[in-house]
Amino acid sequence: MSDVTARPAEGGAAAPARNLVGFLESTGPLIALILLMVIGSLMSDSFLGAENLSNVFTRSAIIGIIAVGATFVITAGGLDLSVGSLSALVAGVTILFLNAAAQALGANWMLIAVGIAFSLLLGAAAGLLNGVMIVKGRVEAFIVTLGAMGIFRSLLTWLADGGSISLDFSLRDAARPIYYGQVFGIAVPILVLLAIAVIGELALRRMRFGRHVAAIGSSRHVARYSAIPVNRVRILTYVIQGVCVAIATVIYVPRLGAATPSTGLMWELEAIAAVIIGGTALSGGFGRIWGTIVGVLILGFIGNILNLTGFVSPYLNGAFQGAIIIIAVLLQRDRLQD
Amino acid sequence: MSLLAFHAIAKSYGKVPVLKGIDLVVEPGEVLALVGENGAGKSTLMRIAAGLAAPTAGHVLLEGKPAPVTLEAAEEAGIVMVHQEFCLAPHLTVAENVFLGREPVRGLFIDRKAMEADARRLLGELGSSAPVRARLRDLPVSDWQMIELAKAFARRPKLILMDEPTAVLSAREADQLFARVRAFRQAGGAVIFTSHRLDEVKAIADRIAVLRDGQIVRVEKAADISEHEMAESMVGRPLSEIYPPRRGAGEGVPIVVVEGLTSPGTVTDATLTIRGGEVLGISGLVGSGRTELFEALLGLRPARCRSFALRGQARRLPSAREAWGLRLAYLTEDRKGKGLLLGKSLAENVALTRGAISGAAWIDFPGERRDLEAAVERYDIRAGRLDTSVGALSGGNQQKVLIAKTLAIEPDLVVFDEPTRGVDIGAKQQIYEIVASLAAAGKAVVVISSEMQEIVGLSDRVLVMRRGRITGELTGNAISENEIIRFAMGLHEEAS
Repeated sequence: MSDVTARPAEGGAAAPARNLVGFLESTGPLIALILLMVIGSLMSDSFLGAENLSNVFTRSAIIGIIAVGATFVITAGGLDLSVGSLSALVAGVTILFLNAAAQALGANWMLIAVGIAFSLLLGAAAGLLNGVMIVKGRVEAFIVTLGAMGIFRSLLTWLADGGSISLDFSLRDAARPIYYGQVFGIAVPILVLLAIAVIGELALRRMRFGRHVAAIGSSRHVARYSAIPVNRVRILTYVIQGVCVAIATVIYVPRLGAATPSTGLMWELEAIAAVIIGGTALSGGFGRIWGTIVGVLILGFIGNILNLTGFVSPYLNGAFQGAIIIIAVLLQRDRLQD
Repeated sequence: MSLLAFHAIAKSYGKVPVLKGIDLVVEPGEVLALVGENGAGKSTLMRIAAGLAAPTAGHVLLEGKPAPVTLEAAEEAGIVMVHQEFCLAPHLTVAENVFLGREPVRGLFIDRKAMEADARRLLGELGSSAPVRARLRDLPVSDWQMIELAKAFARRPKLILMDEPTAVLSAREADQLFARVRAFRQAGGAVIFTSHRLDEVKAIADRIAVLRDGQIVRVEKAADISEHEMAESMVGRPLSEIYPPRRGAGEGVPIVVVEGLTSPGTVTDATLTIRGGEVLGISGLVGSGRTELFEALLGLRPARCRSFALRGQARRLPSAREAWGLRLAYLTEDRKGKGLLLGKSLAENVALTRGAISGAAWIDFPGERRDLEAAVERYDIRAGRLDTSVGALSGGNQQKVLIAKTLAIEPDLVVFDEPTRGVDIGAKQQIYEIVASLAAAGKAVVVISSEMQEIVGLSDRVLVMRRGRITGELTGNAISENEIIRFAMGLHEEAS
């Protein structure tokens, strides 16, 4: 008799309570973010200043773009631990490519555009590799991307010979606006993040592809028995993740102008944390991009407040972030049990 | 004093009542059979007796004292349950499984020798010669059932609860089990068991309780009730009223013709023709390859064949997605695991397959809403609100959503795998009408079912499977439960 549904009934006296729970569940991360900002503004006068906010948003943009990709992967029931290492590798290889090309052809704006296209291809290829290994090779995503994490970073370290790979000075000025530039007074990284978030949200909510991603995450069997091209969609989520990592890297490189073995260290954890804090189910089946963006901002503001106030040591940043991740998953618990 | 007594037991899951006021007693040395359709509440009643589920109301007495409420306490008190789904560890050996949780020890260590000897003896009493040192995963499913039973007897129980113990056993194995049950009864033990096979119920039980929609509608001494009476009590009305009238078979155009279909490990050399306008029933024991045959045919598991023709055109076997595109639909027996996204809305579920086959890149939400409303009307789906999730519906309504989803692609061939599992009699009748109307509209309809009456009542033609092969075909008036069982249990082979 396992066929009988064991769900609380709809309607009746339970409805208002259920609606409240539903409301908190759907807006929880947003409420947390607002609370955090209220706390921030009470503790520091400069917190709400345009400069500080722009600074936090810009720094969050890089993790944010990666986390948009991670939202797709996690919603489909997957996981990608290799994003930080991939970012380092893409940065290193792209810089080597650009430096070589600049010597041969001279540095100009066109070359930067080619470099961007090159890194996007590189990211997509790495994502495809991960996806094919996981889906066709039927190896756990955790294992494949754990392996890839080591391989990518080690390749970069080898290419950099343990040191750093620096962007040729002739290219720095041309690349600089990608991170430091502004359009209509808004920093470029923020605009890129916004654009990617909007596209991501539309793809996940309004497009057939997004529905298939969520269906596969809720039940791969049901998806297969519903004629959904499971393998293609799953591989595609990893490709999307790879492209997102490449975009984030393109924005990141002009900031420091170099790739080192510590580039992108622990980014995978920050990205996954942002996704989970935002209300995407870790086990897959439900995802929301706006939640992920809120999650990234929560993580960004925690660090920012600790830095600004000195009330608690900034060294405890990780502890705060960790606690918030655990709390976010605790709040998700009911939905995860479905 | 009775061994076990249920008093006014009621059980509901959420708002859905599963058991309503059950009063029933079992005496020592008695074999009691619970019969009823899927979803009547048999398994739930057993789970309550085994301490696996708590009743919402009422109480259970064991030898006059309140019965234990946890599985551990129940086993301690001598109540052991043999589940329909196996509760065995595939990576352990047979002996380790038989004594799982009760390993004989010598000092700090498991007494492997004693354990293996005892396991061999227990299996021998059941007529099984399964090697006690073999790992379970290397053995066939009928051995698993015997090991499950040996495990139950190893606990020296007073009362054994068996849920469909013969579903995967051959005739010979079932006879051996019944001999063991009789010996156990002789020694004063009691057994409650369920079975879909009314003939074996009649043969082994002392008393028979018929459940319908969570209530006991009849309790009789086995000698005082015929198989036909049991069947009619189970559904609550004459059988002739439930099934739509038969049409006669074999006239339609062949939609699918396949020769020598083989899927490694499950289906061997199956040849069949499925015609438009007929209901083709597929019967056989659990594990005989019924589901696997059609999953292989429709690209859901690896398979090869000598030839395959669709509407007269030879081609290779389709992949899963191709099959849907070719209007070949499969309605899974596993509604929750493979059929529906329980956490998603009705509209999304109904639109899922058709959208995946022919939907545009952007989802047409108003259009899906209209399709849902049409499906609700057409299939009589009863949901409090249309924007609720599928998981909030009753089993029968979930099944109708699954049917709506499957038929949304307007298939020419529909394979219904256990279409009425876990649905009530009202929904059942509606599903039978859907099946009949599809056939009347010229579609090819396949019904796979373990409910014998369903096969007999619905089918124009029946194929019976045994151990991955099609072993018999019955048409028209030759379709009867007895004949099906003979093919399914291999009695034709054993006779020859």
